[in-house]
Amino acid sequence: MTMTMTKLTLKTEGDTHIIVTRHFNASPEAVYRAHTDPKVVQQWLLGPEGWTMPVCISDARPGGQVRYEWKHPKQGAFHVTGEYLELVPYSKIIHVERMFLPDPTPDNHVETRFERDGTGTLMTMRMTLPDAQTRAAMLKTGMERGMEMSYVRLENIL
Amino acid sequence: MNLDASFAALADPTRRAILARLALGEATVNELAKPFDMTQPAISQHLRVLEEAGLIAQRVDGTRRPRRLAKAGIDAMDQWLSMLRKALEKNYDRLDGVLAAMQSETIDSDKERKTR
Repeated sequence: MTMTMTKLTLKTEGDTHIIVTRHFNASPEAVYRAHTDPKVVQQWLLGPEGWTMPVCISDARPGGQVRYEWKHPKQGAFHVTGEYLELVPYSKIIHVERMFLPDPTPDNHVETRFERDGTGTLMTMRMTLPDAQTRAAMLKTGMERGMEMSYVRLENIL
Repeated sequence: MNLDASFAALADPTRRAILARLALGEATVNELAKPFDMTQPAISQHLRVLEEAGLIAQRVDGTRRPRRLAKAGIDAMDQWLSMLRKALEKNYDRLDGVLAAMQSETIDSDKERKTR
């Protein structure tokens, strides 16, 4: 059996971009649906173990609202709101989003593309932040979660 | 490098923000104090902790003492980046499972249609 590479790449570009790519063993139609249908999004966009998404609103049309609310039994809750700007089924989604921690973070402009790649799909997500400081802060936010996990791991090692 | 000191230094959000700022290039205490809305002594205290942890270094430039990330600090940032990568990987690994389930549902409903 041939193993298709599913490995994620994550890199920064210029001062304000973050680019993520990932291959999926499914059609662009399915991967697009998994990113826009709230019933599907709710099943996977959960981050580290223990988080759930009790509220998932995704009105996939230009101007449509996005609202994701996450909850963790011990670590609390936070949410993201956003708007869809442009949707090209099954190849492109452009939306803006901001995180409430609880104050809103600056808008993150996200363009997600889905391209047929062999029998699967290559997803390319290009995030554009207003400035370098915001990008650094955003990377840090994602990293803080990771830090918690690394503390747990460190505890297990020590 | 003292791992305990490094982790302790990283446990503070202001110090993580200082590191994130220094990742963009070297900065003086004054430049660092501005965006954080903190007094110089408060920032200096954080810088001392970061320096003792081996995460930042300073150089002498006339009367200026600009701080920059030390090699260890850069490695720590790399480690953070890989942590973010792990959170994303977790999401997409989960999505792989969801997509596989979606596909078998489609195949099942196709079969149903054919056998009907």
